[in-house]
Amino acid sequence: MARRRFDAEARAGLGLISPPFFYALLVLAAPLLTILATSFLTDGYLEIIREPTLENYVTVFTDPIVRVVMTRSLIVAAIVTLVTVLLAFPVAYYVSFHVRPEKKAMWLFLITIPFWTSYLIRVFLWKVILGFNGVVNTTLTGLGIIDQPLTFILYNVNSIVITLAHAYAPFAILPIFIALEKIDRSLLEAGRDLGESRAMTFWRVTLPLAMPGVIAATLIVFIPTIGDYVTPEVIGGGRIPMIANMIQVNMLALDNRPLGSALAVTTMVIVALVSIVFLALNRRFLKVRR
Amino acid sequence: MKSSGRGLQAYTLLYLLFLYAPIILLPIFAFNSGTVIAFPLQGFTTEWFAQMWGNATLRRALTNSLIIAVSASILATCLGIFAARASTRFEFPGRSGIMGFIMLPMVLPEIIVAMSLLVVLLGTGVQLSILTVIVGHTLICMPYAIAVLSTAFSTLDQSLEEAAYDLGETKWGAFRLVTLPLVMPGIISSLLISFTISLDEFIIAFFLAGNEPTLPTYIFSQLRFPRAIPVIMALGTVLVILSIVLLALGEYFRRRGNARIGGSPTGGLM
Repeated sequence: MARRRFDAEARAGLGLISPPFFYALLVLAAPLLTILATSFLTDGYLEIIREPTLENYVTVFTDPIVRVVMTRSLIVAAIVTLVTVLLAFPVAYYVSFHVRPEKKAMWLFLITIPFWTSYLIRVFLWKVILGFNGVVNTTLTGLGIIDQPLTFILYNVNSIVITLAHAYAPFAILPIFIALEKIDRSLLEAGRDLGESRAMTFWRVTLPLAMPGVIAATLIVFIPTIGDYVTPEVIGGGRIPMIANMIQVNMLALDNRPLGSALAVTTMVIVALVSIVFLALNRRFLKVRR
Repeated sequence: MKSSGRGLQAYTLLYLLFLYAPIILLPIFAFNSGTVIAFPLQGFTTEWFAQMWGNATLRRALTNSLIIAVSASILATCLGIFAARASTRFEFPGRSGIMGFIMLPMVLPEIIVAMSLLVVLLGTGVQLSILTVIVGHTLICMPYAIAVLSTAFSTLDQSLEEAAYDLGETKWGAFRLVTLPLVMPGIISSLLISFTISLDEFIIAFFLAGNEPTLPTYIFSQLRFPRAIPVIMALGTVLVILSIVLLALGEYFRRRGNARIGGSPTGGLM
């Protein structure tokens, strides 16, 4: 009897989940598998030659241009993630520990609003803010602090980093905030009662307990930044491409779909590897917790 | 605790200024009569808003974007209801795997989703149009819809449904008369969030729309022409106001829903 009820429940659940599941199979899994298959084919003059080969992956790992773009993407994504998470932590901490409970939702709402406004326009405005006649440079020259516009923020990797750090800020704040909210406040009091200083309590109690949130934030920022297409295009004017731009150029302009697919697959593998490392770290922190 | 709190507060306010910097500049340049987007400002004008109003391509882009966003948000929310109901109410084999797979677009770089879909569409000879954009947007809105709807479904008291069965309602009747009204605020907030995501989505629209413009792709095409920028600033101002109104509405419905089933007002989309 119990067995039959379980079967009925399983059937009902599987029946309900099937429309979204089949939609994702058709629109997500099938295209991803196509890309995976294409990445092992060769680009002919007019059509794709159907002979399995690893050539595209050899190109991905040996071609100097690919290496430059790949390294740039990784470095930019790593710096953006580091900067975003470091800057976001105190904000999440403030909202969690110093804002009155009934006002927390309003603060979170305030933090997320900028994230919902046109991504393209925000990116473009950073170009305006950091540009040659931009807000930063005209203000600093006007105040007489500098006589020449600052060039280190001018349409280069630095401005890409600043723009992306802005774009993904709420993504970092929210998971850290949720982790901090879950911390039992009596643990902190216990730490203080046992004679730990405030800094040591933070270091030995709060921070380890907040780590799952920090790790989630790291992943949530890292994954979309490494695949960002818009920012290098708008800020760098196409002169400092990242991996997403290279995938697009190979798929469309150069019409080398096998190489484009190999680049896309490699990017996915990198993202998956980074995720696995961080999730493993997370598991260690969760174990310490118990 | 007081002094460290003050330092943190100052830092948080500075951080908010950083977050809002572009949005504060948007209306400033939208009403600035100078054609170059730089300081010092020239004078006050509403000309850019008038030009925006009279622009035929822009109107076409807006119509396309609205059709796409309305369709994608309805489709994503309908599919999301199935997934949220299945994952919160039923135990079945492979549940976490299937759910993880459906939520995958949330953590997959969008360029990969767009490019792989494009390769398949070109390969099968499907004509690119706003229809193909709707297909893509439904896929990427679905995880967000599920996230919002799962909160609504998981806070639902199951005994209410069982009471309806006991009183002789059919399964569908109980769902329609008891469950649906209770999760309605979640559904509305899922529709609004999916609508907002689709309206602002660029990558998929850029590659899958063929020759049809949408608002973000129109904006992108204009960013190259310095003369067109003031109008884009005006458009951006209107869009910012629109998103804030939509989000405030979504937040209002989410909280009302929580209050109705006795939940706390905190938490939310993430």
